[in-house]
Amino acid sequence: MTAKERRPRSKETIDQYLLSEQQLEEMYETMLLARRLNERMLALNRQGRAPFFIGGTGQEAAQVGAAMSLKRGEDYLVPYYRDLAMNLVFGMSAREAMLNLLAKKDDPHGGGRQMPSHWGVGSRKVVTGGSVVATQLLHAAGIALAAKMSSDPIVVLTCCGEGSTSKGDFHEALNFAQIHRLPVIFYVQNNGYAISESTEKEMPIAHVADRARAYNMHSASVDGMDAIAVYQTVKPAVDQARRGGGPFLIEARCYRLGAHSSDDDDSRYRPKAELEEWTQKDPITLFRRRVETDKVFPPEELDEIEERVTAEVQDAVEWATNQPDPAPEDALGFVYRE
Amino acid sequence: MAVMTVLEAVRTALGEALDADARTFILGEDVETGGVFRATEGLKARFPGRLIDTPLAESSIVGVSIGAAHYGMRPIAEIQFADFIHSAFDQFVSEASRWSYRTRGESSLPMVVRTPWGGGVHGGQHHSQSIEAYYTHLPGLKVVAPSFPADYRSLLRASVDDPNPVLFLEHKRTYRLIRQEIDGAAAETVIGRSRVTRRGGDLTIYAYGLMLHESLAAAESLSAEGIECTVVDLLTLLPLDVETILETARNTGKVLIVHEDTLTGGFGGEIAALIAEHAFEYLDAPVRRLAAPDIPAMPYAHAMEAFFMPDRDKIATAARELAAY
Repeated sequence: MTAKERRPRSKETIDQYLLSEQQLEEMYETMLLARRLNERMLALNRQGRAPFFIGGTGQEAAQVGAAMSLKRGEDYLVPYYRDLAMNLVFGMSAREAMLNLLAKKDDPHGGGRQMPSHWGVGSRKVVTGGSVVATQLLHAAGIALAAKMSSDPIVVLTCCGEGSTSKGDFHEALNFAQIHRLPVIFYVQNNGYAISESTEKEMPIAHVADRARAYNMHSASVDGMDAIAVYQTVKPAVDQARRGGGPFLIEARCYRLGAHSSDDDDSRYRPKAELEEWTQKDPITLFRRRVETDKVFPPEELDEIEERVTAEVQDAVEWATNQPDPAPEDALGFVYRE
Repeated sequence: MAVMTVLEAVRTALGEALDADARTFILGEDVETGGVFRATEGLKARFPGRLIDTPLAESSIVGVSIGAAHYGMRPIAEIQFADFIHSAFDQFVSEASRWSYRTRGESSLPMVVRTPWGGGVHGGQHHSQSIEAYYTHLPGLKVVAPSFPADYRSLLRASVDDPNPVLFLEHKRTYRLIRQEIDGAAAETVIGRSRVTRRGGDLTIYAYGLMLHESLAAAESLSAEGIECTVVDLLTLLPLDVETILETARNTGKVLIVHEDTLTGGFGGEIAALIAEHAFEYLDAPVRRLAAPDIPAMPYAHAMEAFFMPDRDKIATAARELAAY
């Protein structure tokens, strides 16, 4: 079935989405790929093939909807360690994701120098980060400052979890960015937990977005399980920042469906009923239901995407497994730029 | 003209750097009005839009510099007093020093963080500190600590031009105290090289900052007594000029390491270890360190401050004992 044949019964709905059919397809495929990669990565960890895994299951809509609001190749992404799906939007392949997990020599995110999921590829404008939370928000502000001083019309989007919003660097970054009205989006994926700590233990306010009031900053809070709603919220903020409207704090209310990492047992602290309740709001199921109801895609086309993604993940694992590991003495290089 | 104080040398280098490269800019607390030591005085008028006053938030000064440097600018940050830099320590440890390494050199950070350090100004606990021991433990970062105005000027320019993050330490007591005829003076332009400032056969003194000047004064008075000292101005603390350190240690067989920081865990331990490890057979006496006593910080009252700091008399006493060994 071609797009042209489909359009008559769904065009009106699609127009309401503010997204093209092609974008909606990308949205679904990217979310699904992120999910399947995360599932496979955890399995590889459990098989003893990857020492560590940290994932973003449950946050795919929050990530894909936001990343698709940016201009790829121009705008900067300063991610945190759950942003697999965002990196896929910015050009990372399944093979590359597996190279990174398996800490292979040719992993472009540092070649095994960092734990997996610490992404950074300069040519893609994805900025390297560490594990200490919130430090990257200041880097985002610095990039935005440099861009503004250079009169470059770019936007920087930086991510963190709600746990990071208690750190000093979070507040210093918002403060600095608003003083200089920098083109930066502070995108907080509120997934309900900082390892074992629920939000009541992390912050004395109900909504992360309320933190913006202390900085006289624009803010929004969006259902982070709904990729389309996320896009519809983040895109105007990005456009406004690009026009010189200053920074934005956006909270995506989502849920960490998995444990904190491969070393965490979330059954020690997370009520089962809560997990079941949020599983009902799984962002990928929700998206599929919505586009099926609105007849954007026929079910068989969505099934085709599913098959494609499954094959891609399988290929990635097989391929990456056979790539070379770094040599021991590779540890010595690149301490300084000559 | 051509006689410059340390402060004038710093200010001159900053102006030259801003003039030479449109990607440079200065950020820090009070820098637009010249800064508390006047290091950036007059620059705002000459370079409109390229000096940025920041909030009193050191982590943001360093973190924002990292982002700007990654983007391709060449930020020159000022931390008002070295004592205030610790809230930005994480940005040095976890981020700046590892940037090139973890990107395999794809990205590096051409940024400088300047900061006034050291005591002797009645600055008490939080305006006198030596911070080099913390930061020289960070491969990936460069730490520069000159002593003479000509070196301040040339090494600050080299730091701005360096593709790596540089912590540039300016001894605040020497800002207006030390003057030098700049024209024709030795000026080190390469980060990572030390200079033998004085040659003598009896022992070698290693120092930097104010202590280098105190060591030279001590060496002068010792010479009148017939004790001849070699004095090494370390200039760069990271990466260290191992060759010059070992060559001078082997030549004199006796070594005295002087610093203003407290003894235990101080930078002198690294130099002592290098010499013990690689020049042991040449030594005629145990390696000697002269440093501040192991108390939490430099006290404020004059008598206690003077007690805390090594000076030319203490250096001369230690050197005499060493020469007699």
